[in-house]
Amino acid sequence: MSNATTLSAQTIRPEEAAHFGKLAADWWDPKGQSAMLHKLNPVRLGFIRAAIDTHFAADPRGLRPLAGKRALDVGCGAGLLAEPLHRMGAAVTAVDAAAENIAAARAHAEGAGLTIDYRHGELAELGLAGFDLVTSMEVIEHVADKPAFVAALAQTLGQGGLMVLSTPNRTPASRVLMVEAAERLGMVPRGTHHWDDFITPIELHDLLEAAGLKMGNPQGIAWGPAKGLHLSDDLALNYIVTVTRA
Amino acid sequence: MSNVAAEQSLAGDVVILGGGLVGMTLAIGLAKQGLSSLVVDSSDPAAQTAEGFDGRASAISTASWNLYTNLGMAEALAPKGCPIDAIAVTDSLKPGRIDFRPGAEDGSLGRMYANRDLRMAMYDVAARESLITFLPNAQVATRERGEHGVAVTLADGRVLKGSLLVAAEGRRSPTRDEAGFTPARWDYGHRAIIAGLTHERSHENTAWEIFYPAGPFALLPLLDEADGTHRSALVWTVAEKDAAGVLALGETAFLAEVEKRMGGVFGKIALNGPRSSYPLNFHHTAKVVDHRLALVGDAAHGMHPIAGQGLNVGLRDVAALVEVLAEGARLGLEPGDAQLLARYERWRAADTFMVAAATDVLTRLFGLRGRLPSMVRRFGMAGVQRLPTLKRWFMDEARGMSGKLPELLKA
Repeated sequence: MSNATTLSAQTIRPEEAAHFGKLAADWWDPKGQSAMLHKLNPVRLGFIRAAIDTHFAADPRGLRPLAGKRALDVGCGAGLLAEPLHRMGAAVTAVDAAAENIAAARAHAEGAGLTIDYRHGELAELGLAGFDLVTSMEVIEHVADKPAFVAALAQTLGQGGLMVLSTPNRTPASRVLMVEAAERLGMVPRGTHHWDDFITPIELHDLLEAAGLKMGNPQGIAWGPAKGLHLSDDLALNYIVTVTRA
Repeated sequence: MSNVAAEQSLAGDVVILGGGLVGMTLAIGLAKQGLSSLVVDSSDPAAQTAEGFDGRASAISTASWNLYTNLGMAEALAPKGCPIDAIAVTDSLKPGRIDFRPGAEDGSLGRMYANRDLRMAMYDVAARESLITFLPNAQVATRERGEHGVAVTLADGRVLKGSLLVAAEGRRSPTRDEAGFTPARWDYGHRAIIAGLTHERSHENTAWEIFYPAGPFALLPLLDEADGTHRSALVWTVAEKDAAGVLALGETAFLAEVEKRMGGVFGKIALNGPRSSYPLNFHHTAKVVDHRLALVGDAAHGMHPIAGQGLNVGLRDVAALVEVLAEGARLGLEPGDAQLLARYERWRAADTFMVAAATDVLTRLFGLRGRLPSMVRRFGMAGVQRLPTLKRWFMDEARGMSGKLPELLKA
């Protein structure tokens, strides 16, 4: 494919890959720099599980709703989402642009005795296709060429498959809380987010539609002093959606 | 020596240290949700369920009864419990007695069970669960909590591996102490003497609380034996300095002392098994989890037996931990996941502290001499009577913190 290298240059920003590489060793420390991601994990997994139960008509009480299914996590970091998907029964492939993240993810999965197919590289170049479940959490806001990235995601989704995406919304609230306050207070590492790159649910809907995908109703991920991070109708900070083939 | 045994390695989702009324009930709850556990206990279950093992008895609250129902223990237990219809309170047997008899809307005062009956029903249910591996008569040599899991090595060389370690060893939990938890604790300077009694007259489903300056003397009603013999459990609080003397009394002299304090309310009495005793102290840790470790039951919060809340609070720990771990497993999160343990801690912290603090205040109140404290005690007993209401309030508080009561505690 002649355009693959071009796409690579377009969708991975070298400075962003390097930034997360530095975080790799710290990824799995629940009190470390990725503490916010660890806290976010049960919340987004709650959404994903409900989506799985609905889409695949799985038993909500079952512990392996993805048994016999193939799952792909794009922008997997050190495997915070890939490992739970594996425990839910899926054969998991997980991709990240930073080699350090993949190294950290492989080491952790090996220590935990989990078999996960970790790949370092550019999604479109890896020739991945036919997945029952595709997830990409907090990734699209870091991507330069968003239409190309969404097209590459669409390529991986099998017939009748389910995709779940989450990303920060571009609102005054997210600018104040997620970029300014969260980074200054050390809740997320400095340089994690660039507010101008955030996309609104309507923009995401249009991006997906252009790639032949259909977006479900977005749900918000909000924060409150008593509840912590939780699923909410308030989309102002961060939102998570199901996506299927149109 | 034990080379063969040394090669044995067992694996489960959770390794539970302590197979008593809290630890084994946790294993049953987890098994019902599809999670496996290895349960280690240093004692012999045959000895624990032998006739006359001890006189210990527990009040089972409505919430605890719901838990037993949801875990499949209620059918075996239903015929063995003695409903508490009333609490009779007297102050050092001064003339007059106050009866607390709840109205229909107040809810049940609970049911009394011999701990032995609870244990037998529990072991029966546990024996049918293929996800529970019970290792009795086992001594723990070492505990390790690593990045990817926990490993417990037994004295015979067997190694038990899991994702989470649970300390359910009771108030002297060595696992808690080794992990460096620093519970707030103080000693009441008293000892509870526990014995099973048989007596001439029926207790009429009444629990007696007789308050002496040295502490409460309680007679908790148990179901009559098959031959119609009336039974109660005695919890007699004595000052630590007097305890050795009381324990050293011969049976006849001991019974004479007990009868003197009972004022003959049940007629002639006899001992129904050996006497035992344990020191009364209060401990509480706000922190009940650490890296791949959770505390349940008395390991987390030892409280005064005056209000009979110890086991009930422990079973609430069980209900919350089962729900947190099962919900996590549905999401693909392992039992040792730090976020799940943090949720368990948030859920339990308010409840355990309120109950422990309330029983502590009662105990101090009852320890005072003089006429005014005596009146305050009588007034305070209205509070004891309203304990179900207070309990409901505590639970509502916990509900506000957590969003909901654990499913296992619901009818």
